Amino acid sequence: MSNLLQVENLHVTFQTHGGEVKAVRGVSFSLKKGETLAIVGESGCGKSVTARSVMRLIPEHTGKITDGRILLDGLDLCKLTEREMRELRGSKISMIFQDAMTSLNPTISIGEQIMEGIIRHQKISRRQARAQAIEMLNLVGIANPERRLKQYLHEFSGGMRQRIMIAIALVCRPAILIADEPTTALDVTIQAQILELFKSIQKKTGISIIIITHDMGVVAKLADKVSVMYAGKVVESGPIRQIFYDPQHPYTKGLLASMPRLDDDRSQPLRPIPGTPPDLFAPPAGCAFAARCDYALEVCRLHQPDVTDLTHEHHVSCWLQDPRAKNVFPLQTATGL
Amino acid sequence: MAVSNDLFVQMNKEILHAEAIVRPKLSFWQGAWLRLRQNKLALGGMLIILVIAILALIGSSLTPYSYTEQKLLDSNQAPSAEHWFGTDELGRDVFARIWYGARISLFIGVMAALIDLCIGVIYGGLAGYLGGNTDNVMMRIADILYGIPYLLMVILLMVVMGPGLDTIIIALSATGWIGMARIVRGQVLQLKSSEYVLAARTLGAKVPYIIRKHLLPNTLGIIIVQVTFSVPTAIFAEAFLSFLGLGVQPPLASWGVMANDGIPSILSGHWWRLFFPAFFISLTMLAFNVLGDGLRDAFDPRQRR
Amino acid sequence: MLPYIMKRFVSMIITLWLIVTVTFFLMHSVPGSPFDRDGKALPAAVEKNLMALYQLDKPLSVQYVSYLKSLVQFELGPSIIRAPETVNDMLGRSFPVSAKLGAVALTFAIIAGVALGVVAALRHNKLIDYVATVVSVIGIAVPSFVVAALLIKYMAVEWKLFPVATWGTWKHIVLPALALSFGPLAIIARFTRANMLDVLTQDYMETARAKGLAPWVIIVKHGLRNSLLPVITLVGALIANVLTGSFVIEKIFAIPGMGKYFVDSIYNRDYTVIMGTTVFYSILLIFMMFVVDVLYGIVDPRIKLHKKEG
Repeated sequence: MSNLLQVENLHVTFQTHGGEVKAVRGVSFSLKKGETLAIVGESGCGKSVTARSVMRLIPEHTGKITDGRILLDGLDLCKLTEREMRELRGSKISMIFQDAMTSLNPTISIGEQIMEGIIRHQKISRRQARAQAIEMLNLVGIANPERRLKQYLHEFSGGMRQRIMIAIALVCRPAILIADEPTTALDVTIQAQILELFKSIQKKTGISIIIITHDMGVVAKLADKVSVMYAGKVVESGPIRQIFYDPQHPYTKGLLASMPRLDDDRSQPLRPIPGTPPDLFAPPAGCAFAARCDYALEVCRLHQPDVTDLTHEHHVSCWLQDPRAKNVFPLQTATGL
Repeated sequence: MAVSNDLFVQMNKEILHAEAIVRPKLSFWQGAWLRLRQNKLALGGMLIILVIAILALIGSSLTPYSYTEQKLLDSNQAPSAEHWFGTDELGRDVFARIWYGARISLFIGVMAALIDLCIGVIYGGLAGYLGGNTDNVMMRIADILYGIPYLLMVILLMVVMGPGLDTIIIALSATGWIGMARIVRGQVLQLKSSEYVLAARTLGAKVPYIIRKHLLPNTLGIIIVQVTFSVPTAIFAEAFLSFLGLGVQPPLASWGVMANDGIPSILSGHWWRLFFPAFFISLTMLAFNVLGDGLRDAFDPRQRR
Repeated sequence: MLPYIMKRFVSMIITLWLIVTVTFFLMHSVPGSPFDRDGKALPAAVEKNLMALYQLDKPLSVQYVSYLKSLVQFELGPSIIRAPETVNDMLGRSFPVSAKLGAVALTFAIIAGVALGVVAALRHNKLIDYVATVVSVIGIAVPSFVVAALLIKYMAVEWKLFPVATWGTWKHIVLPALALSFGPLAIIARFTRANMLDVLTQDYMETARAKGLAPWVIIVKHGLRNSLLPVITLVGALIANVLTGSFVIEKIFAIPGMGKYFVDSIYNRDYTVIMGTTVFYSILLIFMMFVVDVLYGIVDPRIKLHKKEG
């Protein structure tokens, strides 16, 4: 099956007072129909910028896609005019944001906020739009939709607000839904409900989902495949089983080790990754993770690692894949990572 | 592959650490000063205030004329090498009077602001610190006072107390402190319930430490900004009172009095009699306002754009 | 909602009572008799008659109660200087004039201020933004009597576009209304600009973009509304601003409004008129602020007035 969305070698930079920030430095990934891709990484690794680039929603004055292609059904989104892009936003690709409290307009009724997208993209009457909005609220599990449509943001709970965000995003039946940290601001039980909702919607509509998160637990529940980002680059990508059971990049291993698991030995503490990500004003010459990596080599400091294809789906960028590195850390497999 | 085999050895992390750019840690005040220094407009305002203040002190000695000396033969002379800012209808040197007026206007502005500061900080601080019902009652009183139209009350007080330098300052600060009290009280309340103060106390921080590390940086900035804004408000109010004949009385002269005296000159063509006092009132207002804006941005980096 | 209005109403009444009381006792604490002119007292017999006429011979508490009584019936008292005219007579004549001038000035200030602020925010750091900043800084920094003087000098005397002063046709309104609106206009423009800039960075604007809405729809529907709602809260302060501004403007333009009477009464030390006018101004102002507050509560769905108790 061909790819619905294909991102190739995406570069995004921002102009700030302190200089140019290279937020995304050559990211590639692909997404098939009905598939869920998780983009994982710490705050500031460029995952949100990557997602927004697909929507072409990076701040127009400061941010710029400097290189790469974003192909939606073979159409390069980077080449579209803003007006053409607006036709696609909300109808072909939708996005939901982390904090529904601030991402919804507090002074406009929920119904109006759901309906304005439908009215924008489809030639239908308000009455029909209203019927669709009600149907949508039903789909995302909000009771009494007729009454709820007239209400305002502050009259809903946190989980309900996120459901409304999802309803707004799905109302025009887009092919791709991008969810930027959709559960981060929610309680754990509500998180689980929202993740279930994503799954059931995907089953019903066959929508493709890109989920941006730092939470490996969310990834495990939802994703078919994973791209791990660090300092603006994808360091490892592959199907979820291979990422979870056969991680190759020290950073992926670190992320997994820092996640609590039911089958863990409880006597062992969780292992955070020490240090902080590098300054993207001046990215290091070599591997960006080298400074925090327990297995860093001299080469990591000076040269960028190439991509190694472990299988046709599992890729990793790390010097440890080089045959010459095998002897430096002979005990690597025995360290328990 | 072009990469040398020699590089496949464990990395010496010392080098990396040495290469890392160390961003110096700035204290709150250093950070604020750094941000203020980058704001050219605010620096300009500060410079103007400084120059006006210096000239208020020494300006009158730059000319041989005194601010009271009347030379009826030299009345209404246009600005010249002799009288830099011209003379008024009584032949008094406008330059000398401007800097004398600067003293009076700045004195009124600064004194009113300082009194507002003292009353406001004590009242607001007490209300916030004591909290509960005391706070409720104190703030209800302040709310009601806040509802009273400021200038009306000032006019009323001036009518009753009679015009004069001291009465102006009293009248202006009689109602001017409420804004300050509200701000201080809000800050103290917010701080009392803030999690970082709770965290600091849990970690065993003593009260003086909390005051120095949390209370002062968080409230002092906002207080300084408020003071910066209340100086021009007082100067403006004084000009307004002068217009109503309730300003300082001769032989004292403030900018407000001079501007008011100069209004008829707009028709008689002696423009300098209105222009100079009006210009310096506006310039001072402007300088304090841009400085206040700059200080607010400098003290609250979160609100920066 | 209703409990909030009631609570606000009660506090409004308390504030008014406080103002009336303070005004009353302040006025009666003025040394000397209100009939003294230039430091000279009237003949004792004349003064006694006058005191009796104005009930000034009664104890202060009796005067206070009777003053409150007459206030409730909206009798603001006599004028001492312009007897037998009462404060009510003067206000009845001058209020419509001031109200007209104030309304024109306020309307202009709001429309122009909002427009300037919005455009400045949308063209942030462009030429128009700097123009707006300069206008608002000048409006805040330059006293209204200077603006009035300049307008008279150029618009009336030099170019003869409008009459110099007094009241009558619509042409008479233009210059005083302009002078009066300049300060409020600056305040509104500044406030609107800051609000709009803030709203433009809000997350829900991003959501609106993600729906594919056109920029002007986003700005009008999501941006303007949210940035203009808080402007309503400013209107109370602006009415006060226009009101005090009108003292100066009406005096300069010789407009027979309340402000001119008020200023004249201050010059003449006509205490009953000062008192009556102050009370009337306060009632007007506080009532307007009350209306504005309630209005804002109705317009902005975020304000849950009924839950704000306690």
